[in-house]
Amino acid sequence: MSLLVKLLAQRIALGLLLLFLVSILIFSGTIILPGDVAQSILGQSATPEALANMRRDLGLNEPPVQRYFNWLGGLLQGDLGTALTSGKDIAESIGRRLGNTLFLAFWAAVISVPLAILLGLIAVRYRERWPDKLISAVTLASISVPEFLIAYVAIFFISVRLRWAPSVTTINDSMSLGEKLHTISIPVAVLTLVVLAHMMRMTRAAILNVMQSAYIETAELKGLRMFTIIWKHALPNSVAPVINVVMLNMAYLVVGVVVIEVVFTYPGMGQYLVDHVSKRDIPVVQACGLIFAAVYIGLNMVADIVSIIANPRLRHPK
Amino acid sequence: MSDNLLKVRDLKIGATVYPPGEKPHDIEIVHGVSFDVEKGKVLGLIGESGAGKSTIGLASMAYGRGGVKITGGEVWVNGRDILTTSHSDVRALRGGEVTYVSQSAAASFNPAKKIMDQVTEAAILQGKFSSKEAVSRAIELFRKLGLPDPETIGNRYPHQVSGGQLQRCMTALALCPEPDLVVFDEPTTALDVTTQIDVLMAIKEAIRDTGVAALYITHDLAVVAQVSDDILVLKMGDMVEYGTVDQIINDPQEDYTKALVSVRSIEHEEKEPTPEPVLKVQNITARYKGTNFDVLKNINVELHPGQTLAVVGESGSGKSTLARVITGLLPQSNGSVHFAGRDLSRDLAGRKKDDLRELQMIYQMADVAMNPRQTVGTIIGRPLEFYFGLKGAEKHKRIIELLDEIEMGEAFIDRYPAELSGGQKQRVCIARALAAKPKMIICDEVTSALDPLVADGILKLLLDLQKIEDVAYLFITHDLATVKAIADSIAVMYQGEVVRYGGKSDVLSPPFDDYTDLLLSSVPEMKLGWLEDVIANRKMESAGN
Repeated sequence: MSLLVKLLAQRIALGLLLLFLVSILIFSGTIILPGDVAQSILGQSATPEALANMRRDLGLNEPPVQRYFNWLGGLLQGDLGTALTSGKDIAESIGRRLGNTLFLAFWAAVISVPLAILLGLIAVRYRERWPDKLISAVTLASISVPEFLIAYVAIFFISVRLRWAPSVTTINDSMSLGEKLHTISIPVAVLTLVVLAHMMRMTRAAILNVMQSAYIETAELKGLRMFTIIWKHALPNSVAPVINVVMLNMAYLVVGVVVIEVVFTYPGMGQYLVDHVSKRDIPVVQACGLIFAAVYIGLNMVADIVSIIANPRLRHPK
Repeated sequence: MSDNLLKVRDLKIGATVYPPGEKPHDIEIVHGVSFDVEKGKVLGLIGESGAGKSTIGLASMAYGRGGVKITGGEVWVNGRDILTTSHSDVRALRGGEVTYVSQSAAASFNPAKKIMDQVTEAAILQGKFSSKEAVSRAIELFRKLGLPDPETIGNRYPHQVSGGQLQRCMTALALCPEPDLVVFDEPTTALDVTTQIDVLMAIKEAIRDTGVAALYITHDLAVVAQVSDDILVLKMGDMVEYGTVDQIINDPQEDYTKALVSVRSIEHEEKEPTPEPVLKVQNITARYKGTNFDVLKNINVELHPGQTLAVVGESGSGKSTLARVITGLLPQSNGSVHFAGRDLSRDLAGRKKDDLRELQMIYQMADVAMNPRQTVGTIIGRPLEFYFGLKGAEKHKRIIELLDEIEMGEAFIDRYPAELSGGQKQRVCIARALAAKPKMIICDEVTSALDPLVADGILKLLLDLQKIEDVAYLFITHDLATVKAIADSIAVMYQGEVVRYGGKSDVLSPPFDDYTDLLLSSVPEMKLGWLEDVIANRKMESAGN
């Protein structure tokens, strides 16, 4: 058992180290961005004195290393700073937006992950026959078409023609869960189509790889049904590669949905980030970048941990 | 004949092959085989690799591996032709009436599931037993097969038990649904001899106690003689000879069977040690990086010019590690290697070109020891260029000399490894080693991947070459028959130590230490009733103690 604990502790420590390095990258990245914050806040007609005052107030005259540690110190105390443009507390504005993004990602994941694995299993069961080819063709097509195009096509048919669900998906706290789900149904469907192919193809490939093993032949010679063999003998041994792709796609659902949020005017993190990048609001961009990185690293860490736990040799040492 | 459990008539099996540079096409790999197995009897299927043994065994379960399919004939199990019945009937047959024990239990158990779940799965699924009944039957079988902790061993995962134990678990898996027929496919081939004898006895007793019939597939005639009632000899998909065990072993009719029975016909006179050994290993102790366990403990052996030192032992005894230390791949933590009158540097980087040249190696897997994209001429020519700077016509002449020495000839010079048989590949590796004009060659299990008749040819060649080239061999093997055939001196290794060392006649004559005695008495002999005699002897000895 101690080996398992050691491996897990290593993995978590590595994740934290990675997050620290990413924070340095994000900070230095935003520093070398062209343009001047004070200039963009005050506009072209600002006097040199006003600009100098502004820079001093914002702490822009201090050396970068000191600014980084000031920023990091704030982060560690949960203080993401204040937005330059609105003067609001960033943590507070992000909190609500992040909640919305996670809400959308959660429901897309709840539908797409089991569906992808099920389709993968069916593709393996009927490999090289028409169900396999159909599943491959449809999922490949859906990943090849740009997501905004799928989104507009979906809006046109489902929202405009059939009038089943709204195309503007603004949600707020006064709505019931049912109302919220109805509102976000089109973006959830589009996101599902976008992430399905990758996970389904990995499930298929990983299981087909395991299907070559001698123990699958043993199972066949026990007279088991093909689906029982795939489900009970092949899938448990394909967990590690599948979970990695699932987590990558879940991370995408959180950090990569900018386009979908803009198309559906959904009040999530993506939109918030895009708005503030165009306004050169550095503290907000930094905070968003760090949160996205944390989500990415966290989910990949979960994938690593699940893979480690799924290995019976580590779970039950000799 | 109607009460025959398994009746096979004129069975033909085909496969699709994909030869390089040609269109895929179908070939026949089994050409009309017929045999019967009565209730409670054991039929041994014997032959070299490619004889179609496993293919025929799996055909009795209506199963073909990969592109293999049954193209003709009949297979009757319990009075019904299984090649024409429905899918669901075939499923009920597999894991119900006929079950299978594979060569590698380690690969055939699902690593993610507990042993008990896998052993009882077929019996429960086929509706033969309730899960409670199946578990108690499995525990009963574990006990019968001599597994430790029969009550709880089923709760372990496959990686938590040893190879020999897992092979017994596989036998329990096959016997659990009370089948009428079990197909044993080389069940002891992957085991050490000392483990093999226990598993063999366990299988034999289980067959006797449960009254199950069996197809026993192996390439080892001495093993099959211990467990079978009848034997069917196969060669390249054809039936060669079919008879009772007594007739096949004691009165074989066909030349091929005679050759199989009389294999290991090599005689080799032990040579006297010379005053100056070519290799002197002194007090070698070694461990692998990052471990704190000595895999070699204080090893002392000598090898004399033109002679053969055989290093024998089970897997994990440190034989190959010793070779790694001598070649410099694993620097020793203590001791020295004295070779051809000088001390060798501990690690490879510190060795001179002549050290490398005079110490060559031949490996178990000739396949992977050669670059598949180089011709035989290039492979053998490389050491000629590298060590002696030979070029052009001179090099060509030397390559042909070497090809003649390994009894292959000029015609092979432009062939690729994929176009050679297993034995030919090993011969090319021998020629490559000889090309460097070495004083000593380390042979690491060079015949264990080969069929007995082919292996015999390789050993004869090695002995002939030794006479001509005066080269010394350090011969690593787990096969005592090989040792008896070619060694001048022997080192028996056990758990990283040399437990017995000396001239061949001394090491192989009593009084023995316990381990050497166990090792020697475990080698199957081609004699009916050998297994029972050994087991009876061991029981008597342990009762006497």
